[in-house]
Parts: sequence; C-alpha cells; structure tokens
Amino acid sequence: MASGPREKFDNPTIEWIDSRLPIFTMLNKEYGVFPTPKNFNYFWNFGAIAMFMLITMIVSGIILAMSYTAHVDYAFDSVERIMRDVNSGWLIRYIHMNGASFFFIAVFIHMFRSLYYGSYKQPREILWILGVVIFLLMMATAFMGYVLPWGQMSYWGATVITNLFSAIPFVGESIVTLLWGGFSVDNPTLNRFFALHYLMPFLICAVVFLHVWALHVTGSNNPAGIEPKTKKDTLPFHPYYTMKDTFGLLVFITIYAFFVFYAPDYLGHPDNYIPADPLVTPAHIVPEWYFLPFYAMLRAITFDIGIPFTDITIISAKLGGVITMFGSIALLFVLPWLDTHPIRSARYRPLFKTFLLIFVVNFVFLGYVGSQGADAMVGPIPLSLLGLLATGYYYGFFLAILPWLSKFEKGRDLPPSIHESVLD
Amino acid sequence: MKKTILSLMALGLIIGFAPSSFAAGDAPHAPHQHWHFDGITGQFDKAAMQRGLKVYREVCSACHSLKRVAYRNLVDLGYTEDQVKNIAVEYTVTDGPNEDGEMFDRPARPSDKFVSPYPNDKAAKALNNGALPPDLSLITKARHNGPNYLYAILTGYGEPEHGVELMEGQHWNKYMPGHVIAMAAPLSDGIVAYEDGTPETVSQYSKDVTNFLVWAADPYLETRKRTGIAVLIFLIVFSGVMYGVKKKIWKDIH
Ligand code: HEC
Ligand code: HEM
Repeated sequence: MASGPREKFDNPTIEWIDSRLPIFTMLNKEYGVFPTPKNFNYFWNFGAIAMFMLITMIVSGIILAMSYTAHVDYAFDSVERIMRDVNSGWLIRYIHMNGASFFFIAVFIHMFRSLYYGSYKQPREILWILGVVIFLLMMATAFMGYVLPWGQMSYWGATVITNLFSAIPFVGESIVTLLWGGFSVDNPTLNRFFALHYLMPFLICAVVFLHVWALHVTGSNNPAGIEPKTKKDTLPFHPYYTMKDTFGLLVFITIYAFFVFYAPDYLGHPDNYIPADPLVTPAHIVPEWYFLPFYAMLRAITFDIGIPFTDITIISAKLGGVITMFGSIALLFVLPWLDTHPIRSARYRPLFKTFLLIFVVNFVFLGYVGSQGADAMVGPIPLSLLGLLATGYYYGFFLAILPWLSKFEKGRDLPPSIHESVLD
Repeated sequence: MKKTILSLMALGLIIGFAPSSFAAGDAPHAPHQHWHFDGITGQFDKAAMQRGLKVYREVCSACHSLKRVAYRNLVDLGYTEDQVKNIAVEYTVTDGPNEDGEMFDRPARPSDKFVSPYPNDKAAKALNNGALPPDLSLITKARHNGPNYLYAILTGYGEPEHGVELMEGQHWNKYMPGHVIAMAAPLSDGIVAYEDGTPETVSQYSKDVTNFLVWAADPYLETRKRTGIAVLIFLIVFSGVMYGVKKKIWKDIH
C-alpha cells in the first residue's frame, strides 16, 4: 500500500516505527494532506458519521453480548436483566437499539448524496457497488439483531421473513430449513442468528475498508460533479475536513442522544416488550422502520403471474413479491450502467433532479405503505394498489427514466472548474 | 444551507412516519393525561407510586404477576430498607431443596422478586375464564402510548354499545382494541383505603397505579432523564465550539 516514498518525521519514536512500518506516512497521505475538493457541503459528512455509528454498534454490541443469553427460554429475560440489573445496562442497550436506526439514517442520507451528485458514475462504480454490499450486510445484521431480544415482533418478524425464502423454486424449502435449523423458528434459529449477528459487523468492517480504499484511489466526488484540475480546487483533508466532519458528527450525535435519553422506545415497536409466543400472532406484523419501503414492495405483488388464458402459474404472488423486493436492491448494483449520462451532479441536470426528488418522496411513501395493514384503504382505493404504483415508479425510475434521460437530457453547462463553481 | 435544511427534512420524514407503524385496532386513542414523569425534566411522584403499590398489592396482584421487580427495588419509592423488609415478609416463597431434599416455604426477602399469584400460565387461565392476565412488569412499554392507555383501560369500562353481544366473562371497554376485555372492572370507589387523605376514586387509583407501573417498567427513567440533560448540554456546547473552530479555519477559503 504505502510502500512508496516515505516522509521524515521529527519525533524519533515515530520515525523509528515509520521506517519499519510506514503507517504514519500512510495516515498522513490518506488523512492528513489528502487533497479533497474544496466545495463539499454537509452531505459529505455522512460517510464519517456512518463510520462512527459502525464503531458505536460494535462496542455497544460486544458489551451487550457479555450479558445476553441466546436461548429461547432466557433471551427475553436476559435483555430485561441488562435493562434492570446490569450497571448502565439500560444505557448500552438504548445506544445499541437506537444506534441501528441512526446508522440507517446516516446510510440512507449517504446513499441519497451519491444519487444526487452522481457519485456512482465512472470511475467510482466499484466504490458504489461496495457501498451496496455494505447496505445489504447491514440489513441482514439488523434483521438478525432484532430477533435476539425474542419479543413478539422478533419472533413473528423472523417467521415472516424467513418464510419468504420458501417461495424460491426447488431449493426454497431447504434454504428455510437451513435458516431455521429445524422445522420452525426456534432455539436453533436464535442461536445461529446470534452467531451471525456477532460475525457480520466484522464483515462490514472489511467491506468498509475496501470501500475507503477505493475512495482513496479515485478521490471524492463533489457537489459540482467535476474532477479537480488544479491545486486551487482542493484542500488538505486535515484540518479542513477533519474539523468540518467533527462538527457535523456532533450535531448528528446530539439528535441521536436525544432519542437515546428522551424517546428510547419511539422508533421501536411496543409488541417487542411482550415475550415471544408462537401461539399468539400480533395484529400487525411490521418490521423495523428502515425496512418498511422494501416490505411494501414485497407486499405489492398480490397476484400470480402466469400464461394468459390458461391457469398455468409461472410466478406465484409470493415469489413475485420476493423477486420484487430483492430486485429493488439488485438494481442498485447495476445503477452505473443504467444512468450513463456524462454529467454527474443533479445541479446541472434539472430533469434528473426532478425525477430523483420524486423518487425520494415515492420511497418515503412506500415506507408509509409498508407501515400499514395489508388491507388498509385510502378512501375507496386499496392502499396496496398505491403501493403497486409506487413500486412501479421505483422500478421505472431505474429501468426507464434513467436510461431515457441518459440519452435525451441536455443538461446545463458545467462550470470550468471547482473553484470557479464555488463563486456562483 | 439549503442542503442542510434538505437533509434535516429527510431525517424528519424518516422519523415522522415511524409512529404510523403503531396504528392500533379500532379503539379510540387514549387521551393524554398529565404525568409527573413526562417531559425532559420529568421525575417520579413518590407519594403516588406508594399509593399505586398499595392498589397493586390489594387489587391487581390477585390476578397479575409483577415478576421482573424485586422487593428491594421498592427503595426507589422512598421506603427505607426496614420498610421494604416488612413488605417482603408478608409474602411467602417456596425455596429449596434443603439438606433433606425437601422444598419448603419461607417468608420473602428483599432480594426476592414479587411473588406471582398463580403457579403457571395454565392455572392463571383456568381461573380467569381462559384469559391470561399479563405480567404487569412491562405493561406500560408493551402498549402504544402506555401510561395513557393503562389509565384509559382502567377508567374506560361502560355499558356495551347497542348491538354488541357480550359472552360470559366479557366486559365492554372503550379503549380495549375490539372493545371486549376479559378483565372485569377491577377498581371501584373506596375499594382501597388511603391514609394520606387522597380521594379514594377510580380515577385516582388508576392514576396512582399507573405511576407505580411506569416505574416498574422503566425504573431508570429518572437517571436517564437526568443524565440526558448533562449529555445534551455537553454535546450542544461542544458542537458550538466546533462550529467556531470550523468557521475560523475556513475563514479564508470561501
Ligand atoms: C380478577 C382478576 C383481575 C384483576 C383483579 C385485575 N386484572 Fe387486569 N386482567 C385480567 C385478565 C383476565 C386480563 C386479560 C384480559 C384480556 O385478555 O381480555 C387482564 C388484562 C389486563 C391488562 C391488559 C389489557 C390489554 O391491553 O391487553 C391490563 C393493563 C391490566 N389487566 C391491568 C390491571 C390492573 C392495573 C389491575 C389492578 C388495578 C388489574 N388489571 C386487576 C384479570 C384481572
Ligand atoms: C452493523 C452493526 C450492527 C447493527 C446494525 C445491529 C443491529 C441490532 C439490532 C436492530 C438489535 C435489536 C435491538 C433491540 O431490540 O434490543 C440488536 C441487538 C443486539 N446486538 Fe446488534 N447490531 C450491530 C452490531 C452488533 C455487534 C458487533 C454485536 C456484538 C458483537 C451486537 C450484539 C447484539 C446483541 C447481543 C443484541 C441483543 C441484545 C438486545 O436486544 O439489546 N450487535 N442489534
């Protein structure tokens, strides 16, 4: 990695280490003098914020694991013991619980930033794809974490989601049995989920490392979406962005702390304070809020797809839903090849900007649909129909609007350079 | 600035639709009561909690367990250790086996959890027309809008709406999802004697027992809120300082 030219350090200890393992040279190159576009706005804080949240989750998670018992008869009680009898246990648990939500908030904003400013475009495709991998791993981690306290939503959420895999032709049933470690969600399921929930954050760390590595090869994008050309366009990362990131991070932590101390259960579901009971199904089974848009897409397909005028079903409603949900994330992987417009930033692409903002509103609306019962109505219209339309827009945005705009959107004139773009 | 507002809006949207996932059945929303523990500086009302404990012990504990709370925790209500000991010894727990391999009964100690009224869930159901009285240790967290809901349930009994047929052991309650509850109205005026001159009404009992059960579900509420103020003040001041530092460093850039 940093086995190129080495710097000289005045401090003899640092120099001694650095001449053997050039870690200080590397840190200085990547985080000290690293040339960074000078025109970042606060959207560029969220990578650092996500990194902070990852560390927070791992530290609080390891402390929780010291007092948690992964057994169906003790899991709920052990979490309550953490809340009542472990010193500051309530604080650690609330940090971890709300941390998952705030991790997702940070990552959603981080992803929106990438969309808005075209950060996924050439030459940052791999950087973007690694980000989507992190997002997938995070979703799996959070899903399994939510099962651990073994409350009603833990149990029923796990039952509903793991059952989805049975829709996959031929191998579905075997996959489900493998996930369950038996014939229903039970003790073996809880045990393997705990083992995986402990493992996956470290896989996330590994992918984050690759993500940051790729970032330091291409350098950051910026709100103008044009590459830096001269020294006038960039600033050394330290102190300019270290200080700006610290400020942004503190504001974020302040909001996060507000939830931890004053609304710790607001983002959760009250049913998860009822111990899991396989014989009592909750009235509404809803996942955590960050899954709701995807949950809505899962439930949007309420009809079988078959050969017209016959009763041959090719894709059952259930499989259709599963494909739609996973497809919505699969699309993100190929995004760099769906949007091939040469201009990156939405600032200079008014049409793209409009469709993207509609996309965001649509995504939030999907979240609302996901939060409601399957048979909810809006006046005379079934909400699931609106959910289907919103799913249509989600897919249409990627598969039709972006390729079409890539061909036909003219876009505005780009500024000649970053430092000149700051002036207007 | 525009972008900051935009990102705050996005955050607001994300957080804003979270509560909609709690959409309850067809029961009306439980009206908001004034609680001593509400708000950023909220603290427990110890006198109300002591009265609430009395209501729990004399009424609710006939059917509902409180198995996550230990007698020693009652010092939070303002009792001395001796008073707690005196409360505990009024209960009997089965302990053992002793040297001879026999189980034996002994008076409860402060370290014991509240003794449950029934040996198991099946017994509880058998004696309650097949309905299970839930453990109350977490009840205010296990229902949306918990404290207000609990108060509303306890005061929400009435005559069934026209056309509603109640079966044996069912009762009409305005705030229960579906309006049918298997618990008969547990409280009536004067059922528990108060020594401090507080009115002995259903509404007062309900308030008091809610204060007690909120503490049972969330014993660190006071500590949490007190710590929260210190943490938030620190973070806000630190953010302010960092804003100044950032401004100073960036002064010549824009
Ligand atoms: C005679 C036994 C009995 C007594 C005394 C009693 N309950 Fe209940 N309670 C029940 C039963 C049975 C249920 C289950 C009701 C159902 O599922 O419909 C219940 C349910 C509840 C619920 C849950 C309602 C819901 O949302 O599901 C609460 C809260 C509650 N009781 C509080 C109390 C309080 C507080 C007291 C004391 C003031 C009390 N109960 C006294 C038998 C009792
Ligand atoms: C990517 C990072 C992580 C995410 C997104 C995440 C997410 C979650 C979620 C949503 C819960 C349920 C919270 C609750 O209802 O209590 C949870 C619980 C838990 N997590 Fe994590 N977690 C992460 C990392 C970790 C790590 C690294 C560990 C341990 C090494 C860990 C250990 C636990 C334990 C023991 C629980 C159960 C205790 C509890 O429910 O409070 N987590 N996690």
